[in-house]
Amino acid sequence: MSEKRSSLSPARFLSARRRHRSAGLVVLLFGLLAVGSAYAAFAPDNAVADNSAQSQQIEEGKKLFSVGCSSCHGLSAEGGGNGAGKMAGPSLIGVGAAAVDFQVGTGRMPAMQPGAQIPRKAPAYSEAEIEALAAYVASLAPGPAVPASDSYDVSKATDDQVTRGGELFRTNCTACHNFAGRGGALPNGKSAPSLMGVSEKHIYEAMLTGPQQMPVFSDQVMQPQDKADIIAYLKALQAQKDPGGFGLGRLGPVSEGLWGWFVGIGLLVCVAVWIGAKGVKAKGAKAE
Amino acid sequence: MSTSTEFPGPVKWVDDRLGIAKIGKKNLRKVFPDHWSFMLGEIALYSFIILILTGTFLTFWFKPSMTEVEYQGSYSLLKGLHMSEAYASTLDITFDVRGGLLVRQIHHWAAVLFIAAMMVHLLRMFFTGAFRKPRELNWLIGFGMLFLGIIEGFLGYGLPDDLLSGTGLRITNGMIQASPVIGTYLNFFIFGGEFPGDDFVSRFFIVHVLLIPGIILGLVTAHLFLVVYHKHTQYAGPGRTQKNVVGYPLFPVYTAKAGGFFFVVFGITALMGALMQINPVWLYGPYNPAEVTAGAQPDWYMGWLEGSVRIFPGFESHFWGITLSWNLLIPALIVPPLFVTVVALYPFIEGWITGDKREHHLLDRPRDQPTRTGIGVAFITFYAMLWIGGGNDLIATHFHLSLNNVTWFLRFAVILGPILGFWIARRWAISLQRADRDRLLHGLETGVIVRGPEGKYTEKHQPISTYEAYSITARDRQVPFEIGPETDDNGVRAPRRALNKVRARLSRFYFADAIQKPTAQELEEAHEHAHDSDEIHELTEDTETYREVTSDRS
Repeated sequence: MSEKRSSLSPARFLSARRRHRSAGLVVLLFGLLAVGSAYAAFAPDNAVADNSAQSQQIEEGKKLFSVGCSSCHGLSAEGGGNGAGKMAGPSLIGVGAAAVDFQVGTGRMPAMQPGAQIPRKAPAYSEAEIEALAAYVASLAPGPAVPASDSYDVSKATDDQVTRGGELFRTNCTACHNFAGRGGALPNGKSAPSLMGVSEKHIYEAMLTGPQQMPVFSDQVMQPQDKADIIAYLKALQAQKDPGGFGLGRLGPVSEGLWGWFVGIGLLVCVAVWIGAKGVKAKGAKAE
Repeated sequence: MSTSTEFPGPVKWVDDRLGIAKIGKKNLRKVFPDHWSFMLGEIALYSFIILILTGTFLTFWFKPSMTEVEYQGSYSLLKGLHMSEAYASTLDITFDVRGGLLVRQIHHWAAVLFIAAMMVHLLRMFFTGAFRKPRELNWLIGFGMLFLGIIEGFLGYGLPDDLLSGTGLRITNGMIQASPVIGTYLNFFIFGGEFPGDDFVSRFFIVHVLLIPGIILGLVTAHLFLVVYHKHTQYAGPGRTQKNVVGYPLFPVYTAKAGGFFFVVFGITALMGALMQINPVWLYGPYNPAEVTAGAQPDWYMGWLEGSVRIFPGFESHFWGITLSWNLLIPALIVPPLFVTVVALYPFIEGWITGDKREHHLLDRPRDQPTRTGIGVAFITFYAMLWIGGGNDLIATHFHLSLNNVTWFLRFAVILGPILGFWIARRWAISLQRADRDRLLHGLETGVIVRGPEGKYTEKHQPISTYEAYSITARDRQVPFEIGPETDDNGVRAPRRALNKVRARLSRFYFADAIQKPTAQELEEAHEHAHDSDEIHELTEDTETYREVTSDRS
């Protein structure tokens, strides 16, 4: 009905219709549109822009999960039994994306078989698949997210931070992981793995989520800076060459004793036998 | 007098004042027998010399002080950390003193080899019966040195005040405290108050660099003096008796051999120090009682004590307001000292059981004394099981076993293993005795099969050489101790009857199953027999009915 008066100026047009019975509704619609557009313009763009991409990722993760994980963890990640009344896989509701990224990223999950200790191996999923799985598990309930890369970037760590990280490492970690991060035994076939060759992100996530036997070092217990310092110390330790020669595995006095006996005493006894044998021959030649 | 005129000027000058020609003439001609196993003790002696040399170098820079300092040396991973001066100076020796790390590592490897060589030497003494009269006291002196060497090594391990050594001291501190009644007092006495306190480094240092090395040096002198005085033992062989020593004079043969061996020992130790990293103190960090590390173990010679404590089930009693930690008391303060005492007193125990009061200068071969050899293997097995226990965590992780299973296995193996080891070694030795007897009586199996005229096949045996026969028959025939009649001819009861019964039973246990060497008559008969078969052999050769089948052709 407005087309007939289209020759009128816009102001007049609006003014003429401001008492129209649907005017309130139109204003409301405009208002909503404006607020919505403004929100879309000012809010972090992924919130809306990636919304569809994210839901797609979650969907994809859910599919991967049903195929690769649900036999132990249950179809909805609620945890599952093995049919014999025992827990095959724990519930993953609330473990967060960081836990998934660590477990799948280090190859621990999917586990080949249940056991005292799920070993580290080559990851079975690609980066994108791991992200999808993480997104799916994170969508179930809130939990620790995958840390941002600058939180574990230790390439610019100062000497002070490394020293501090060493002290934190010895206070919190060496009891299980050994003074050089080479790992150690825990009861009943469990063990603390070696930390050598583990990526910064995965060390950070391990502290954040406490996989297997490890206690959780949440950001309230151990500040993100503390975590970064520990990682800086570990990376410095790993990069360090052994100034004393062959490092014997950096395992402590047991390997030193073993080498001392086998190499040291072994060689010396061989030399003694050699010198002794020399004498026997000389004697045979002279004495008779 | 006539000899001294032949000396060049300076030697004559010294000889005129000290009379070295006379001493030298006698001692440089001293004869020692030749065998590689006689050089094991030398490894220990040379390692000790290396320890003194390198240790002196280390004292130039080591600061035995618990004063807290801030580390500002060149090892960046610990820079700015507060630590004791002892630890800081160890880091300085490692990173800032030229050659410091090399000398420190040589010192540590030499310590590892020193005690290992003493133990190997001890095993040689044990299995060859070199501890028998008149050498029981020298056995005890040697044992004293081994004991002191272990204490010395442990004190040295404690000096750098790093996390590893501090943890080791903490365990020792716990063991001391576990001793009933005196534990706390003893602990306060040693550490000068609560652990760790400020005193232990300076105390340990002076004991480590002065007191114990001094005592060991004195004991080394006594030990070597007794070797010269008793004359060296020798293995049985032609011309070797209880009354002579067949070998070479000290000069020039053994001066060359022993001198050369010293350089070999130093060379190998230096190579180990240069190529193999030992005790990387910088990785452990400074000691802090709040910290601990996995893989915290003592050096190898304390490993069996650690293992003893590790595998012992944990239980303790509380009564009258007292706590008794049986899990430390038994495995640390009762079992090891008991074991050490039994081994130390073994020469006297064996002497009493066998009733052997004669002097022995000819050595046994391990098979000559099956029961002693069995006991030795049992000792080794017992020690080894505890030793493995000391590294149960590394065994578990490296072989993918459960720590608990390793521990439970060792709990049984430490008791059953020695019994099994004893039995196997003893039967093995007896079998070897039997083989020796066969060699003597029937000769060597030649692998030559002879067919007689009647068609019978026999293997030709060749008599062993008289040299070998001599060596094999040098040992004594041993008969168990006989207790004798209850009463003598006059009806008087024999004294100490009960004790002698025990002794007779032990003596039977020692000797009853052993294979005696053949008597002269048995040998003669066997040789007759062998002679006969030789004749048959010649006959068959003449009649051309013999066939030869060598073992490799069959």
